[in-house]
Amino acid sequence: MNEEVQRTLLEIADDELILGWRDSEWTGVAPLLEEDVAFSSIAQNEIGHARALYELVARAQGTTADALAFDRSPDEYRCAPLVELRLMDWAETIARHYLYEEADAKRLEQLKQLDDPEIAGLAAKIDREEAYHRIHAQMWFDRLQDEPRFIEALEKLRPQAETLLDSTKRGEHTPELTDLWEEMTMVRRSQPVGTTW
Amino acid sequence: MIYEVFRQERKGQPLQHAGSVEAADDHFADVYAREQYGRRGESTALWVVARDAVIEIDDFVDELNRNYHRVDGYPLKEKLKEARDRVSAGEG
Repeated sequence: MNEEVQRTLLEIADDELILGWRDSEWTGVAPLLEEDVAFSSIAQNEIGHARALYELVARAQGTTADALAFDRSPDEYRCAPLVELRLMDWAETIARHYLYEEADAKRLEQLKQLDDPEIAGLAAKIDREEAYHRIHAQMWFDRLQDEPRFIEALEKLRPQAETLLDSTKRGEHTPELTDLWEEMTMVRRSQPVGTTW
Repeated sequence: MIYEVFRQERKGQPLQHAGSVEAADDHFADVYAREQYGRRGESTALWVVARDAVIEIDDFVDELNRNYHRVDGYPLKEKLKEARDRVSAGEG
């Protein structure tokens, strides 16, 4: 696996991990119980996809998925600012979800075309789950598309969504990533060196 | 609105009641039912139906206990077993 591919996979893995983490903040506070279950499940899927992608990169780099997910400093992450934002507003969360799924579908399509059967196979597997995320995002889009708050959220976030498909625009982070990172890696950082679970 | 969800585990099998989902309309019910009852390979088909659309009949009374009208009133299993035991005892 060449370095460019490793870099691309790491970008996607970081996006999925951080978005999954952000989406999981809706567990227990979504507007409807059924939605709570559905959205939490989507969050969990995204983190599962991150794990699978980290494992491929970790093997190429002689490290572990956990180390990639939790042992880097915030400025080493390659995620796009869009996924970092703490959006505790449902209209904005759905706008991000919709824009993310739109970009993610294009990205997965590209991965599925790669010559590496392992990467192409994983992309196909991830895409089968993402299909449900797209159905879910479309459902909410259809429901909210005439709501001014939702339209405003889409307009606000759309420019940031473009970063998702452009590696050259990555690298800059929001202060919100640092706060997230502090919390996400808290247990990991508190464990004595050499701890195994 | 409550929607009842029926699921088919394997092709050819009858659909059985799996549970319910609460949703604002058919579209949401469709997505939530897939989410909860279908997308982990546990079902080959789902029926999602508004509870209001189900014709429920539960007023069966059997005050006079006329169970002799029912075909399940004459279990043969025990009788067959008795007959077999009788025969094998006779042979022995």
